[in-house]
Amino acid sequence: MRAGGPRLVGGTPRRWQRTMRLGVLLVIAGLIAGCAADAPQDALDPRGPSAQASHDLWNIVFPIAVVVFVLVQGLLLVAVWRFRKRRDDGDELPSQVHGNTRLEILWTLIPAVILAGIAVPTIDTIFDLAAEPDDALQVRVVAKQYWWEFEYLDDEGQGVITSGQLHIPTGRPVYLHLEALSASIPDPGGVGDKTGSVAQGVLHSFWVPRLAGKQDVVPGQTRNLTLEADEPGRYEGQCAEFCGLSHSRMRFQVIAEDPDEFTAWLDEQAQPVEPVDEDADPLVAEGEALFDTATCIQCHAIDGYESPVDGSTAELRIGPDLTHFASRDTLAGAFLENNRENLADWIRDPQDVKPGAQMPNLIEDGLLEEDEVEPLVEYLMSLE
Amino acid sequence: MAATAESDTSRNPFRRPKATTGFWSWLTTTDHKKIGILYFVTAFTFFIIAGLQALLIRVQLAGPDGQALNPDQYNQIFTMHGITMIFLALMPLSAGFFNFVMPLQIGARDVAFPRLNAFSYWVFLFGGIFIYSSIFLGGMPDGGWFNYAPLSSQVGPDPMAGTIVDAHVSRMLFYSIGLQIVGLGSLVSSVNFVVTILNMRAPGMTLMRMPVFTWMTLVTSFLMLFAMPIIGVALWQLMFDVRFGGNFFDPSAGGDPILWQHMFWLFGHPEVYILILPAFGLVSEVLPVFSRKPIFGYAALVFSGIAIGFLGFGVWAHHMFAVGMGPVANAAFALTTMFIAVPTGVKIFNWLGTVWGGKLTFPTPMLFALGLIGMFTIGGLSGVTHAVVPHNYQHTDTYYVVAHFHYVLFGGALFGLFAGMYYFFPKMTGRMLGEKLGKWHFWLILIGFNATFAPMHILGLQGMPRRVDTYPAGYGWEFWNAVETAGSFLIAVAVLIFVINVVISRRSGVVAGDDPWDARTVEWLTTSPPKPHNFDEIPQVTSRDELWNRKYTSDHGKPIRVPAGGSGEAAHEHEAHDIHMPDPSFFPLVAALGITIAGYGVFTGGIAMAAIFGLGLVVGLYGFFGWAFEPPSEDDH
Repeated sequence: MRAGGPRLVGGTPRRWQRTMRLGVLLVIAGLIAGCAADAPQDALDPRGPSAQASHDLWNIVFPIAVVVFVLVQGLLLVAVWRFRKRRDDGDELPSQVHGNTRLEILWTLIPAVILAGIAVPTIDTIFDLAAEPDDALQVRVVAKQYWWEFEYLDDEGQGVITSGQLHIPTGRPVYLHLEALSASIPDPGGVGDKTGSVAQGVLHSFWVPRLAGKQDVVPGQTRNLTLEADEPGRYEGQCAEFCGLSHSRMRFQVIAEDPDEFTAWLDEQAQPVEPVDEDADPLVAEGEALFDTATCIQCHAIDGYESPVDGSTAELRIGPDLTHFASRDTLAGAFLENNRENLADWIRDPQDVKPGAQMPNLIEDGLLEEDEVEPLVEYLMSLE
Repeated sequence: MAATAESDTSRNPFRRPKATTGFWSWLTTTDHKKIGILYFVTAFTFFIIAGLQALLIRVQLAGPDGQALNPDQYNQIFTMHGITMIFLALMPLSAGFFNFVMPLQIGARDVAFPRLNAFSYWVFLFGGIFIYSSIFLGGMPDGGWFNYAPLSSQVGPDPMAGTIVDAHVSRMLFYSIGLQIVGLGSLVSSVNFVVTILNMRAPGMTLMRMPVFTWMTLVTSFLMLFAMPIIGVALWQLMFDVRFGGNFFDPSAGGDPILWQHMFWLFGHPEVYILILPAFGLVSEVLPVFSRKPIFGYAALVFSGIAIGFLGFGVWAHHMFAVGMGPVANAAFALTTMFIAVPTGVKIFNWLGTVWGGKLTFPTPMLFALGLIGMFTIGGLSGVTHAVVPHNYQHTDTYYVVAHFHYVLFGGALFGLFAGMYYFFPKMTGRMLGEKLGKWHFWLILIGFNATFAPMHILGLQGMPRRVDTYPAGYGWEFWNAVETAGSFLIAVAVLIFVINVVISRRSGVVAGDDPWDARTVEWLTTSPPKPHNFDEIPQVTSRDELWNRKYTSDHGKPIRVPAGGSGEAAHEHEAHDIHMPDPSFFPLVAALGITIAGYGVFTGGIAMAAIFGLGLVVGLYGFFGWAFEPPSEDDH
């Protein structure tokens, strides 16, 4: 602070301005470099026609944005440099220009024309993406707090229900019917408007960045999305609409396979489970009984399950269908690797693993003893 | 005009509650300048709180599998960061400028309804305290500032129970009722500002002679006037849903969760312009002064502001492209969203036109104003990419959007507000804000801001969703998240420097004088700080840059300085004993208190509910009746 009144004329801004511009350029360089990193949810790395359509538009808009960015920042930089008050300047004032109508019309019209140019392919693509593809595989997707269920609707593989991992054939569009349902009320199944308390549930958003953009999932309504993978592979996805405590743990994968492999997988998944041979594997057989007595059966379905205790079947669809549980390599909303250790942790204290999860703590509720966890784990791991 | 008629009546300015200095004077003030300063201090306090919350968010996300916060704490904190920054920091900081600067800019003695103005402030303060009292009463709102139904609207275990036992219901009530109280302040002050600007301008100040900041105040006030009732209705619906099983948003009872989104964004998008237009106005004051040139294309700037205001109500559904509104609606809102970029671009180019050909100096307000042009442009460009709907499907609800709106609201609104704070600080306090610390503040915050938010573009495109409390390793997000956290602490240091600067400059800053910047508009005609009645004599306005034209004249097309005293305004010094000024009053505070007390009633039931509502009603009615019937001050007749 200087004595003798405020000093209003700034120092030398030039060096600083240059540093600032350099920083901005570094950011752009970083943006480009960032795209090259290994990121399994990279939207800039499309692997299917739907994601590619989005990306094609980005490839139009991004260069235009960069040009405008350089133009505006460049003009700002030039103005700051050229019209700075110099030390040897007198008190003479610049010409008091109030405007320039021709210029102003120009810089109103040019952006409008550029935007109109962007609008045409944008709208074209909006309608393309909204159309239902021919010969698509039909899959129902149910979002619950906090996991995804996939149900195959075509004649082939009908009744196959899985969760956390959606298998699809490559090169064939998959038409998804997405619903959000309550995490605590049985799911009656089937596509269509759900009425009554079944429709309770919250918003989620289905997103596999490398295959397609998001589709929000709305309770009480059915939404659709087309998904297609060009190449076999494992595509990471996760819920993209805030849905509560474990929003960040609501993950899933799309596993794209060659059509033959996919068909084989679907056939495999359509098989019901066989009853456990008690003599061959007593631990697994103990787990099979615990599935009933520890009340797992009240929320989870296992096709072909017949309780050794009272012969009851497991059909209720509140939690994930466990028929081929061990064939999936993820667990608990697909954010844990499916192994014995993680499964045991999950059964012991679901809330600790995944806050807000609807699965009750069976041990705390007195329904399961600590030494019963192992047989239950062994039984579930036998469900190939 | 009413204003001139009133100022002729002979009334003494000091009445009713008598204090004009000290604690009580602040509680009872109806002086727009004091209320403006109350807004600044309170809003900046909330700004610091929200900033600390942002630091917590960044600490949690600094690396994968963050353990600093649990999911429940994280959800509360990111929610409160948004609510606080928008409703309790940026909006009231703008309100501080509306209050302090606008009446001075139009040559008025105060706003049209001074007690209503005080009331606006008190409901804002009490509403903010109300929302934050949730910390002690079951936790803070945790559904995000957008608070989407039906996650937010889930009904408690027993809607008609005597008291709220369910934390979810309590938190959502703090959201719905707290924002309702705060919003009331915005709504009534919007009426106040519109009436003030339309009716109380100095003689000669036609609409097209108003400073651009006053224009943006007018446009923003109209936006608030139309937008706040929409969120008001939605908040009532939410309250009925969570507290009384109202079923507005519950699909299992015939309600529609998407209705909330439409209501929220029909308010929420104009809200964006409510936050940014005041900053645009401030920058439009700063740039000409330090370019020593008039604003370029005044009419275009004004009309583009008005156009943005109108179009701002027609783009709300671009927040909802992924909801599934169908291709026709998505295409329509894509077009309106692209269209709104045009007037926004006009503003940028007109600012460039203002500095072009000037003789630029770079004190801190100018740096922040130039910073706004650069940073807001980035936010504007990413905004255009949102309109490209199929790509929006990819980047919506990711960190790309977080990057975008921070470039708009931080690089835009906040930079503009900082420009305004440095620019008007001498008018408010009589002293300059220190330039040395100011420059540190600017450069640190510019670097910190870009380090924090630029990488978010990349993270969003790499698939990092918003509102996640943790993320696993192996997604390629580690590096940029670490950079962002480092950047956020740089911002914190910069803000700390600003606070230190204010504290030091307030006491020992360079004495400013009436017109330290050689400015162009009439608020610099009066003393710094201005007297309670603002102007000894209301200025006669003959041109847009009234003050400039009093100081400079044209000599064969070249502007030259008028010799001191040549314009003659100094000759009019006279004592201001016969100016009618609004009297101080307790009642705006009392009325605001009553409303806030009643707000707690909803949390209870039965007798307790009746008692709390009753108490609130009695206090509130006492406030409003006292307000209506309190006598003029003893010296008034």
